Amino acid sequence: MERLIRILEDIQPGVDYSTCTNLIDGHILNSLAILSLVAELEDEFDVVIPTVEIIPDNFNSAQAMYALITRLEEEDGYGD
Amino acid sequence: MAIDSYYSIAYLAIFLPAVVIAYTVFPKKARWFVLLISSGIFFWSMSGKLLIWLIVSIFSIHYGGIYLSLLQKERDGKMARAKAQQGGPSKKEIRKLYQKKQLAVAAAVALFNVGILVFLKYTPFFGANMNRFLAWIKAPFSLNIPSFVVPIGISFYTLQAVAYVMDVYREKFPAERNIFRLALYMSFFPQLMEGPICRYPDTSGALWQGERIQFENLVSGMQRIAFGMMKKLVIADRLNLFIKNVFTNYNQYDGGITALAAVLYTCQLYMDFSGTMDIVLGTGEIFGVTLPENFRQPFFSKSISEFWQRWHITLGAWFKDYIFYPLSMTGPMKKLTSHGRKRLGNHYGPLTAGACGLFCVWLLNGLWHGAGWHYIFFGMYHFALILAGSLWEPAAAAICRLLHIRRTSVPWKGVQIARTAVLVCIGELFFRAHGLRAGLFMFFNIIWGFSLSSFGDGTVFNVGMDKKDFLIAFIGVLIVLVNSIMKEKGTRPRKWLADRPVVFRWALCYGLILFVVIFGAYGAGYVPLDPIYANF
Repeated sequence: MERLIRILEDIQPGVDYSTCTNLIDGHILNSLAILSLVAELEDEFDVVIPTVEIIPDNFNSAQAMYALITRLEEEDGYGD
Repeated sequence: MAIDSYYSIAYLAIFLPAVVIAYTVFPKKARWFVLLISSGIFFWSMSGKLLIWLIVSIFSIHYGGIYLSLLQKERDGKMARAKAQQGGPSKKEIRKLYQKKQLAVAAAVALFNVGILVFLKYTPFFGANMNRFLAWIKAPFSLNIPSFVVPIGISFYTLQAVAYVMDVYREKFPAERNIFRLALYMSFFPQLMEGPICRYPDTSGALWQGERIQFENLVSGMQRIAFGMMKKLVIADRLNLFIKNVFTNYNQYDGGITALAAVLYTCQLYMDFSGTMDIVLGTGEIFGVTLPENFRQPFFSKSISEFWQRWHITLGAWFKDYIFYPLSMTGPMKKLTSHGRKRLGNHYGPLTAGACGLFCVWLLNGLWHGAGWHYIFFGMYHFALILAGSLWEPAAAAICRLLHIRRTSVPWKGVQIARTAVLVCIGELFFRAHGLRAGLFMFFNIIWGFSLSSFGDGTVFNVGMDKKDFLIAFIGVLIVLVNSIMKEKGTRPRKWLADRPVVFRWALCYGLILFVVIFGAYGAGYVPLDPIYANF
């Protein structure tokens, strides 16, 4: 989670990511920030975030993003 | 009496009441059938045998979707077995292999549907440009270009077809096994002509459910239909007299009249399209189907980017989900974003990949509206404005800080809203003009030939609309403005109305209906405006 918050603060500083729950709906992160975020998260956590996962529910809060990454990591690791 | 639009007497006084009665009379289990048959009749009455294209589209996404589901099932089985077995392909490898297969199927079905659209709608445009090119290189031959009659709503239902098949590919939901259910999603008559562009889970459940028509839904739906008719008949059709004159004889008017025509056309387009959406969503409401909103007070936007999040929302969302993100998130684009961020920082870094995605979105957006260079120009105009807005943003923030301008202050927001409205009007001028050359002439006429003399000497009242027409249109716009301000402030106007005393409520409703009946622009001297978006 700390790594995730660090990436978010790097991309869009000045937001309390531990409490904010409307990053997309509140237009805090725009589509360009999402492009950066996806690229950084994929590099940092070694996952592939498919386009279908780019929905507000998955990016509205740091917790939701963390849950997404954890799920993708599990899906990728499972059975290997 | 033919149904030629949602405003026609044939639709409002005969077709819609007949469907409502049939829907009520039939048992719950058969109501979906009433809606499907009604949709078929609606389509047939407009496009006749061209219904075949819609049926072909429905079959293609139905069987394409089922094949995708079969592949997904096969993949899951193999992955489950891979877990138990040792030495075989890993789960990751299996997933990758099947992803390729599924993408090929989804892309084939999507391209097949888009191919039909391109073939029917764009063959004359591409053919004419090819012939122009052949003449330019002095080729000894030219192409014989066929032209086709385009089925009603093809631009809209094609996007729905692509959305369905891509969402099945993305495993947002399993493929629909019942072809009739899919057919109803594709052809539901209120949204067939002008959208909104729905996603399968948005409407399919309610359409199939066949719930009883509730009295409050009926009243609320009819109120919305009446409001839509006011926008179209009182405002849009009335403005047509002025707009048609100026845009047809554009070289006969000074810059002042041309500028007014651009503003009035923007107003007309909004009233026409959002009025139709009111009728469409109101009709859906009667049957208990909540269709997605297409407008959210667009003229309160503070930037062009925000404008497109409030205007034709379902089209923008479609382009974002199926063009912008898939393109901007391909492997090379992701690398470009990462690389750009490290070199150019957070703002300008992702802009390069974003700009590539945006360019494709706006090129296709322009082309989707019509086969003409001025539509492409319209798309590129908005691409340039949105890109310039992003490039300029850090400098704008710095200048505001330097001049101590609070960007959240009301006056500053007012300036931003006015600036956005001006830019939108310029874009719509090119959109409406008879070709790019006429658009450029009119634009430069506003700049170099601007004069207020036509307003002073009364010429403005001789272009097609007299003082009374301007006054009635103005009152109509004022009513829409009050409604928009209420919505912008978070009040739901129809909920607000429902909470008022019964006398006030009905007085207002009857007042609105009377306003439409008395001041609707029909009869001698008026030529009703064809639904603008139905032609896209």
